[in-house]
Amino acid sequence: MMWWKKRRAIVCEQAVRLMAGYLDGVLPDADRARLEAHLSGCPHCSEHLAQLRIAILAAGHVQPDDLPEEAVDDLVEVFRRWQQH
Amino acid sequence: MDDHALVARLRAGDEGAFVSLVRQHQPGLLRLAEAMVGSRAVAEEVVQDTWLAVCKGAAAFEGRSSLKTWIFTILVNRARSTASREHRTEPVDGDEYDGCFDSSGVWATPPIPWSEKVDDEIVARQFAKEVSKVLPSLPDAQQQVLLLRDVEGLPAAEVSTLLSISDGNQRVLLHRARCRIRQHLENSMGGEWS
Repeated sequence: MMWWKKRRAIVCEQAVRLMAGYLDGVLPDADRARLEAHLSGCPHCSEHLAQLRIAILAAGHVQPDDLPEEAVDDLVEVFRRWQQH
Repeated sequence: MDDHALVARLRAGDEGAFVSLVRQHQPGLLRLAEAMVGSRAVAEEVVQDTWLAVCKGAAAFEGRSSLKTWIFTILVNRARSTASREHRTEPVDGDEYDGCFDSSGVWATPPIPWSEKVDDEIVARQFAKEVSKVLPSLPDAQQQVLLLRDVEGLPAAEVSTLLSISDGNQRVLLHRARCRIRQHLENSMGGEWS
């Protein structure tokens, strides 16, 4: 008799709900294995994950807003007043 | 220069150290403050108070988190108390996958495949601008988590502590924000993918 029971495969809806944890690297091993097994046979979920990774990459490329020199000067003024305090 | 050296200079009253911190963090602080208090003018006050608190508190910085996380924590606390004074409420959030799947849990409409057509240059130039455009339309809590995690690049554990939310809650908010950005990027390209 088999002492273990094979875990059921997951469907797409379950797969996408595991992706947040997967991207953070915090999924338990069993869930990670089930998600990876699903991804290897599902081009749609693989595409969704690839698009999420592109969204993350794009957010990482957001440029800081221009910082006007007056804003820096104003803050330096605050710093000087604080020092004299 | 490392965090401790910068803080040591700040404690010694070095204006150059202060300016260097301002140049590095002011845009990110302002963006997060605005996401939390909903007004540019109020956000500017919150950020100014934050800098004062950084100067006053520099002696207490112990280096248990990065200097960046420490500064953002001060900002979040100040923005929180300001926002609660102004009674801002979070709109109720739908599920990002509503209607995406049929009753058997399979994609009702499969995703349009475009990831392979995107190269690094499109991501850096065009998509990053689209992210800036869509960010203000995200619910406040999603915006805050996305700014801290994906734009500022702070670690997950530090962001949960900083925003006083559970890791699980943070992950849900982040995932929803990323899904909205993914959708916006797709829409922004119109029919170019097909």
